[in-house]
Amino acid sequence: MDKIKSLADLKKKREELQSALTLREQGENTENLIQVRVAMATCGIASGAKQVMEVIINECNKRGIQAVVTQTGCMGYCYAEPTVEVTKPGSEPVVFGYITPVKAEELVAKYLAGNEMLDGVIPVNYEKVNQ
Amino acid sequence: MSNFKYHILICGGTGCHASQSDQIKNNLAQLVVEKGLADEVQVVVTGCFGFCEKGPIVKMLPDNTFYTQVKPEDCREIIEEHIIKGRKVERLLYQNPETKEHVSDSKHMGFYKKQLRIALRNCGFINPENIDEYFARDGYAALASVLEQNNPQATIEAIKKSGLRGRGGGGFSTGLKWELASKNPADQKYVVCNADEGDPGAFMDRSILEGDPHTVLEAMAINGFCIGATKGLIYIRAEYPLAIERLKIAIAQAMETGVLGNNIFGTDFSFHIELRYGAGAFVCGEETALIHSMEGERGEPTFKPPFPAQEGYLKKPTNVNNVETFANIPVIILKGWEWFSSIGTEKSKGTKVFALAGKINNVGLIEVPMGITLREVIYEIGGGIKDGKKFKAVQTGGPSGGCLTEKFLDTPIDYDNLIAAGSMMGSGGMIVMDEDDCMVSVAKFYLDFTVEESCGKCAPCRIGNKRLFEILEKITEGKGTMEDLENLSNLSKVIKDTALCGLGQTSPNPVLSTLDNFWEEYVAHVTDKKCPAGQCKALKQYVIEPDACIGCTACARVCPVGAIKGEKKMAHEINQETCIKCGACYEKCKFNAIFIK
Ligand SMILES: Cc1cc2nc3c(=O)[nH]c(=O)nc-3n(C[C@H](O)[C@H](O)[C@H](O)COP(=O)(O)O)c2cc1C
Repeated sequence: MDKIKSLADLKKKREELQSALTLREQGENTENLIQVRVAMATCGIASGAKQVMEVIINECNKRGIQAVVTQTGCMGYCYAEPTVEVTKPGSEPVVFGYITPVKAEELVAKYLAGNEMLDGVIPVNYEKVNQ
Repeated sequence: MSNFKYHILICGGTGCHASQSDQIKNNLAQLVVEKGLADEVQVVVTGCFGFCEKGPIVKMLPDNTFYTQVKPEDCREIIEEHIIKGRKVERLLYQNPETKEHVSDSKHMGFYKKQLRIALRNCGFINPENIDEYFARDGYAALASVLEQNNPQATIEAIKKSGLRGRGGGGFSTGLKWELASKNPADQKYVVCNADEGDPGAFMDRSILEGDPHTVLEAMAINGFCIGATKGLIYIRAEYPLAIERLKIAIAQAMETGVLGNNIFGTDFSFHIELRYGAGAFVCGEETALIHSMEGERGEPTFKPPFPAQEGYLKKPTNVNNVETFANIPVIILKGWEWFSSIGTEKSKGTKVFALAGKINNVGLIEVPMGITLREVIYEIGGGIKDGKKFKAVQTGGPSGGCLTEKFLDTPIDYDNLIAAGSMMGSGGMIVMDEDDCMVSVAKFYLDFTVEESCGKCAPCRIGNKRLFEILEKITEGKGTMEDLENLSNLSKVIKDTALCGLGQTSPNPVLSTLDNFWEEYVAHVTDKKCPAGQCKALKQYVIEPDACIGCTACARVCPVGAIKGEKKMAHEINQETCIKCGACYEKCKFNAIFIK
C-alpha cells in the first residue's frame, strides 16, 4: 500500500477509488435514476446482449450519466433481441428492440443523455408485475 | 477501474455471522467463479444492516434488492436467477406482514423508511476490512481538513456548535468536554474510546466497530489533534471478538497507509491507537472505573472531581467518549455543524442509534433522528407488538433507566424528554413489553443485574441494591406488604442520593419508575396476592372447574407432588398448599377444566 503523505495524496486516492462504490451508491437512490434493463435470457445472450450491456455501462460512465443498469429475464420480444428497457424517473418505460452494440451507443447518446427517440421502439403492451 | 456490474453485500455483523453468513459468502463467491462471473460480480461482507430479525441479509446492487433469512443453500438460486436470468427470488424477499406483499427494495420497508443513518452511514455499505472502501466514502478527509485548517480551537468550536452530546449515556456536550481537556496543559494527554457497552441488550457500539471501524479511528485522531494528545486507547470488552478483529485490521491498514502513525499527511501531528481489553464488567463502562481498569488497577470508580479531563489515564488529562459519539465526528466536520444541528430537537441534535428488542415484530438496530416519537419507533419501524398483543411499556436506558407507558408514546424522544418522563436515553437499549410482562419482575430483573455488577466499593450500592432486590423478590412471591412498597421507595431515594458513582446513583430507577407508572400492579401483588400479567409463578393458582372436570384422573397421575385428589369420574381438586405450580396438569387436561387464576 502506498503511503498517503499529503492532503493531495488523499484526494487523489479518493478519486481513484470512488467509482468502485458508485454502483452501491446508486442502489440507495434507484427512484431518481434512469433504469436500464437489458433482456438477458438465452435469446438475448445469443444475439449479443452481453456486449450491449457492456457498451451501455461504459457509455454511461464516459458521459457521466447516472444510470442503474441491470439485466432481466426474457421480455417476450425474442424476435427483436437484443431488447433494452429504459425507465426515466417519472416516465413510463420504453422498450427498444434490435439494439446492437452500435445502436446501444446511439441509445445512450440520444435517449439517455437527451430525450431523442430512436427507431425500433416496441410499444409497451404488457403490465409490469411487481419488479 | 473495476468492471463489476453487480455488488452482492452480505451482512457480517455478529448476529448474521452466527447464522452462517460466512458460509453464504463462500458459496456466493464460489458460484460466481464457477459461472465465470468473477469479473462482473463483486461479493462483499459488510457490517450490520440492522434488520437482525430477518437475518442473514443479502443485498443486491445496483437494483437494491433485499433478501432476508438467506441460507447457504439459497446461494445457487440467487446467482442463477437474480444475476444470470435477472429474475428476483421472490421467496427470499421481505414480506410486508400486513399486506403480505413482497417488498424488494429496502427503501420501501417500514423498518427503513423513518431511519436516518449518520453514525451507521457506512454499516452495511462498505467492507470494514478494506480501508479503500472507507477512503471512497470520504474516509480520513475530515482528519485531513482538520489538520490542514490547523486550528484546534475552531474545530472544538464547531463540535460545540453542532450540539453533539455524549451517546454513552450521560449526554454531556462533546465539544465542551474536548475544550476542557484541551485547556489542561500536560506533556502527554490521552484519547479514550469507551467500547465497553455493558447495557444488557445494547449492541450499537459493537455494530459500529464491526461495520465501520475506521470512522472511530479517524474521530479519535481528530480528537487527539484538538486536545493535544498523541495516543488513543480503545477499551473494548473481550466478549466482542469480531469487533476486536476488525479493529486490529483497521489499525494495521491505517498505519500502513499513513493516516495513523507519525507525521500524518506530512504534518507534525502523530497519533497512535492501541486496544485495551475489558473483562465485561458493567461498572468498567463508567469512565473512572474504566481508566483504573486500563491502568491495571481494580475496575472500581472513584469520586469526580477530578474529572478525567483533569486527571485521567496515568494521571494525565484524558478525554473519554463513547463509540457512537465518535462515529458522528467525521460527518459533522465534513458536512458542517450547521447541517448537524438542523437535525433533531432544540437541545438534542442529530440522531440516536437504538437496539430494538423485546415483544416487537422487527427486532434490530435502528438510527433515527432525535425527536421521533416512541409510537413511530414501535409501530412504524418496529412493526408493532408481536402476535397482536397490547403494548404495555418500553424500557429505555437499561439498568439506569425506566419504563415508559402508553401516555408517553407521542413524546418526542430526546435526552431531556426521557428524563422528564422518568427514564433516560442511556446507551440506546429499547425493550418493548406487552400485556404478559409483569412490571415487578422487570424491576427485579434489572436489580438482579445491578446486584451482580455492583463493584461493592460503596455501601449504598453494595447493600442497598441487594435489599431492593430482596424486597422485590418477596413481592413476586406473594409475601410482600404495603410497608415493603414504602421501603422500596424510601431506600431507592437513599441509594440515589448516596452512592459513589453513576451505577448506584441510577440503579434504583427501574424500581422508582415502575412504582410510579404501575403502582396498581405492585398493590395487586401485595394485597390481592395476584400477578395481573400472570407471570409470577408463586402467585399463579391452578384451579379445576368442577363442572368441566369429568374425573378422568389424567391430571392426578401427572402431578409430580400428588397435589390433585378426587374420585374417578368425579370432579377433582388441587391442593393449593402442596401445588408447586409446574403447570403439568394444565398441559395434560383435555377438557379445558383447569384454569389459571
Ligand atoms: C455504571 C456505568 C456504566 C457505563 N457504561 C458505559 C458504557 O458501556 N459505554 C459508554 O460509552 N459509556 C458508559 N458509561 C458512561 C461513561 O462513564 C462516560 O460518561 C462516557 O463514556 C462518556 O462518553 P460520551 O460523552 O461520549 O457519552 C457508563 C456509566 C456508568 C455510571
